[in-house]
Amino acid sequence: MRTSTRGSRRLMALAAVAALTTGLLAGCAEDSDDGSSDSDGGSGGGKTTLTIGTFGVFGYKQAGLYDEYMKQNPDITIKENVTTRTDVYWPKTLTRLQAGAGTDDIQAIEVGNVAEAVQTQADKFVDLGKDVDKSQWLDWKTAQATTKDGKTIGLGTDVGPMAVCYRKDLFKKAGLETDRVKLAEQWKGDWSKYVDVGKDYMKKAPKGTKFVDSAASVYNAALGGESERYYDKDGNVIWDKSAGVEKAWDTSMEVATSNMSAKLKQFDKPWDQAFANGGFATVACPAWMLGYIQEKSGDSGKGNWDVAAAPTAANWGGSFIGVPTAGKHQKEAIALAKWLTAPEQQAKVFAKQASFPSTPSAYASLKPQAATTAFFSDAPITQIFSDSAKTIPTQIFGIKDQPINTAISDIGILQVEQKGKTPDQGWDAATSEIKDVLGQ
Amino acid sequence: MTSSKQALARSASSADAAPGSQPGAARRAHGRGTPPPGPGSWRSRLYRWDMKASPYAFIAPFFIFFGAFGLIPLLYTAWYSLHNVQLNNLDQQTWVGLDNYQNLLSSDFFWNALQNTFTIGLISTVPQLMMAIGIAHLLNYKLRGSTIWRVVMLTPYATSVAAATLVFVLLYSWDGGMINWLLHFVGVDPINWRESTWGSQFAVSSIVIWRWTGYNALIYLAAMQAIPADLYESASLDGAGRWQQFRHVTIPMLRPTILFTVVVSTIGATQLFGEPLLFGGVSGSKGGSDHDYQTLGLYMYDQGWIIGNLGKASAIAWTMFLILLIVAAINLLITRRLRKTQ
Repeated sequence: MRTSTRGSRRLMALAAVAALTTGLLAGCAEDSDDGSSDSDGGSGGGKTTLTIGTFGVFGYKQAGLYDEYMKQNPDITIKENVTTRTDVYWPKTLTRLQAGAGTDDIQAIEVGNVAEAVQTQADKFVDLGKDVDKSQWLDWKTAQATTKDGKTIGLGTDVGPMAVCYRKDLFKKAGLETDRVKLAEQWKGDWSKYVDVGKDYMKKAPKGTKFVDSAASVYNAALGGESERYYDKDGNVIWDKSAGVEKAWDTSMEVATSNMSAKLKQFDKPWDQAFANGGFATVACPAWMLGYIQEKSGDSGKGNWDVAAAPTAANWGGSFIGVPTAGKHQKEAIALAKWLTAPEQQAKVFAKQASFPSTPSAYASLKPQAATTAFFSDAPITQIFSDSAKTIPTQIFGIKDQPINTAISDIGILQVEQKGKTPDQGWDAATSEIKDVLGQ
Repeated sequence: MTSSKQALARSASSADAAPGSQPGAARRAHGRGTPPPGPGSWRSRLYRWDMKASPYAFIAPFFIFFGAFGLIPLLYTAWYSLHNVQLNNLDQQTWVGLDNYQNLLSSDFFWNALQNTFTIGLISTVPQLMMAIGIAHLLNYKLRGSTIWRVVMLTPYATSVAAATLVFVLLYSWDGGMINWLLHFVGVDPINWRESTWGSQFAVSSIVIWRWTGYNALIYLAAMQAIPADLYESASLDGAGRWQQFRHVTIPMLRPTILFTVVVSTIGATQLFGEPLLFGGVSGSKGGSDHDYQTLGLYMYDQGWIIGNLGKASAIAWTMFLILLIVAAINLLITRRLRKTQ
């Protein structure tokens, strides 16, 4: 009797171990749905499930686009796999693309990575150029996702046309012009004129406030208007010879070495808090930042913020969606990608979270949320951003654009701004960092 | 009661002895001594086979998983480290020999990261273990609600690194942070915790100390409770005060446990990653604008996933592994020396 219970117990234990092992192994094999924040999973017979891999907040789900598409196409189920951080999303996507496994049916690409995708992963994406009318997008947008031999690997989603968001109330206290049109006139054409306004602001700055959030944001904004950045047309690294970089660097150094910057790091907690406390009077704001400012400032900022045209037409951010060749449902995925990036759908995303469309035909009908308009003092937001979007030069991106930009803004500029180093020392630090990045 | 704690302390102390040898021996002693009087010889053969094979079957899952997720990646990393491998072109691997290692040894960033890892490790481990011993000593007294105190000690360990670090970022924030606000009452100018060499290293260490002190205190406490009470009794008969008892009875008896915690903390310090990464916020893998708190772990991550040079990142990984082996060897030497003097 006793022996048999012990035996059965041992059998149970063995079975448990076996079950655990197989369970874990099965878990390894099935890696298609990691970290998913899935929408409903009611997959009936004959349904095709499309997965879409995105980062941050794309707004498709929030704007109800998935539900709408699934209603129109009852045999399609859409599942979104969201990774919060781009710097986690992109390496992961790169490895999956090359492994030819584990990719989603649609994969988002950030503008900072699009050159790397175009130059190194073009054969891993379906050519979408044949299936769409390319003229519906801004020319420079499609150009960024097109290879030298004319293959378009991604369709443009949003763009990041730039404006300057400013605190009207603080400007008034500092004795400056508060009218958005006249202000834009004051700094038109050159970001260094914007810095000049900053100098005026600091002469009579309200206590505890600075003119701008950070020197790095001025650098990004100024560089966003240059067509030549870190690479030339042929893909050679020219960051240390680029006139655009030099100009943007010099402008940012004026900010970093004067006292007009709140010396914050963008998208850091203290930066968020400074919005709520009114710590700085202006920030170069691409369209997608409006929602962020609104959220972080809270009620205290309502009606105090305003939007003026930026010194130069500049772009910051924006994304693409592509269809990997490894996907099992390419035809359905292409159809969905086309639908999601069509002007009507982009307008819906804009209405939800102010991601600015890359399709000019949508501009006439754009309607921002009433709350956003009220928050920004009834500024003609759509007008300002669409004017900017239409005149942005085609920017040339390169493979290591992102790490080079980080080296300049988060190493070079930050050292000058926060550690009190000289601009030359900051440039040297950025130089050795970039050499490390490029493996020189 | 006492015996189980003793066993815990002893198994903790003998880190180099075969783990779990004692329970195994015990089981063999009274569980499976003689085969049951089975009817057929096939049954006894089956039994013998079961006795021989099932231990392996039971430990097999660990080794299968270790092989799949530990050993193979380890070897693959070694192979990668001898090649030029870029994240965006994984299929093209060109043999470069020891170039990646040579590259590291001549890189200022590497030596800086190594030095940071060492200093942060030192200023986080030493105070942490000393405080842990002190706390364990206090917890060893008869206290009201001792379980509550012990649980409280362990809560920092149970919080996630991400959540804890975010709170610390706010505490250490340059303007408006609580720590600078408190310092202001003492007349100290605000310190830019994130962008000063010592400030940032101190801040990162403080997160580590906060998280791990309680954990180590509990390990010490377990070992302390295993110290026979008669040792203290005879010490007090000899006229030793509380402090002398602590110094001459508690500390010597804890020596093996201390060594164990030193080894574990050293490994943790060498691999320090999450705290500095999250403390740095945006582009945290740089460890501050001047790499003030870029540890080896961060440097590896930065090279591999941010810059995309997987070959070099693999070389860093293997260098870290070698450093750990050296540290382990030193520890082993010290343990042997200690045992001899005992």
